[in-house]
Amino acid sequence: MWILLLLPFVGLLWVPFYNFLEPSLFGFPFFYWYQLAWVPITSFLIWLVYRSRKPDEA
Amino acid sequence: MADQIEWIPLSVFVFFFALVTVMGFMAARWKSGAVSEHLDEWGLGGRQFGTWVTWFLVGGDFYTAYTIIAVPALVYAVGAYGFFALPYTIIVYPFVFAVMPLLWKVAHSKGYVTAADVVHGTHDSRALEFVVALTGIVATMPYIALQLIGMGVVIKAMGLSGELPLIAAFVILALYTYSSGLRAPALIAFVKDIMIYIVVLVAVVVVPAKLGGYGAVFAAANDAFTAKGGDTGLILKPSQMLAFATLALGSALAAFMYPHTLTGVFASKSADTIRKNAILLPAYTLLLGLIALLGYMAHAAHIQVSSPNDVVPMLFKALFPSWFAGFAFSAIAIGALVPAAVMSIGAANLFTRNIWKSYVNPDITHAGEASVAKIASLVVKVGALAFILFLPTQYALDLQLLGGLWIMQILPALVFSLFTRWFRAEGLLLGWAAGIGWGSWTAWSNGLKPLATINFGGDSYTFYVGLGALILNIAVAAIATVIVTWLSRPAQRGAPARS
Repeated sequence: MWILLLLPFVGLLWVPFYNFLEPSLFGFPFFYWYQLAWVPITSFLIWLVYRSRKPDEA
Repeated sequence: MADQIEWIPLSVFVFFFALVTVMGFMAARWKSGAVSEHLDEWGLGGRQFGTWVTWFLVGGDFYTAYTIIAVPALVYAVGAYGFFALPYTIIVYPFVFAVMPLLWKVAHSKGYVTAADVVHGTHDSRALEFVVALTGIVATMPYIALQLIGMGVVIKAMGLSGELPLIAAFVILALYTYSSGLRAPALIAFVKDIMIYIVVLVAVVVVPAKLGGYGAVFAAANDAFTAKGGDTGLILKPSQMLAFATLALGSALAAFMYPHTLTGVFASKSADTIRKNAILLPAYTLLLGLIALLGYMAHAAHIQVSSPNDVVPMLFKALFPSWFAGFAFSAIAIGALVPAAVMSIGAANLFTRNIWKSYVNPDITHAGEASVAKIASLVVKVGALAFILFLPTQYALDLQLLGGLWIMQILPALVFSLFTRWFRAEGLLLGWAAGIGWGSWTAWSNGLKPLATINFGGDSYTFYVGLGALILNIAVAAIATVIVTWLSRPAQRGAPARS
């Protein structure tokens, strides 16, 4: 599960993936809404890892 | 900029400033504990902050007032490249989730207050402890100065001239930080963050509605960049991509090495508090992305400024009634108080624990630590104020940029030991020196630009110097560890452990 934490690095640091204007969404060029979309996705991925770990003392 | 005093926004501003001042002094009794008797109380708020307090506190001091001014300013000036702040503040959270709970556990079990405490405890090296403490203090000072710049920008926008209002605001901040410690910014962070959320949510709905929607906002920005030319635009030039990605990664690795962010981590109640915050803090990143777009909205609103830092205040003055502009300016100014307070506390903790206690008075009591730290926090703030008043603003900006590069170099010493004990203190010290030396020299010789270019196989690659310095740092640390281990092998039999 911990491998999920690497996905935001791959998705955001490989810039040629998303350095485009189209397709746009609600007036936002792709470059912008793609990166903004990674915010909730990252939270969700971290939550998945959080749920899957064995609860510890703290 | 108008030189006339704007009474309505100024009254709103004075009201909110008075409110947080009262809160700052009352905070001493919040979640009761005697702030003067133990550094855990003054410097870490009693190590008891739960998920929500930590969310407001870390959100309040990581997303600083200067960010709110500077990110839209950069986006206004160059476009897509200024957006590196967005991937930076996203990928920082998987890192926080994986690393910071482990760091918290070490700090909690041994009673450590600072990063340098952790380094001393794990590597048993006074030299390494000293350089980590020094790096933290030196990197933080210009960062505090930047908060003053952020506050100065909005004070100027309300028509107040001269340095007196800024000095007054900072003296008040210094006094309640002195008396209440970390509890003051933790409590004020609630007000600050809620105000910022209101301002930004209103702005991202109302401003595009006034300007013809987001499509029109991006189109106006695109026209401005087409007219301007150069390395600007709505998307990155191919030559900017590596710089964008390395700035994002480097900044993310540096972010939680700073004393102010680590203070937020150490002040939390449990490792789980930090994990939950890694999930919840990205809400602020969404906010930051929207704040960055204010730079494009300024193009759509035809805002012309002499200094890009005036973009945000000018935009609010142009598009909103004066009372709401005043509310927004208050939010930004209070937004400067929270990080400035936590930064001065973080630096004061380092000074007390790793310089005063290590070199001046090793037998200091807990109460003695608290009083040294309180005085140190005053000295740090006066230093930052003097910096802004007597030196050109550009010095603070340049030093803060170098500070990001410097603070990143403590990462191997602080973080690697959480996962492996292989690295030796001598190696980490050499790596630190190599990273700081090469990074500072490279940035200096490029006219204090954070980017360096190397030519490789006929192509040139432009990247963030800080990340290059960190890679060099790790390589030197690894090689030196191999050599030191090899050299010390025969001596290990019978000889006492290295100190």
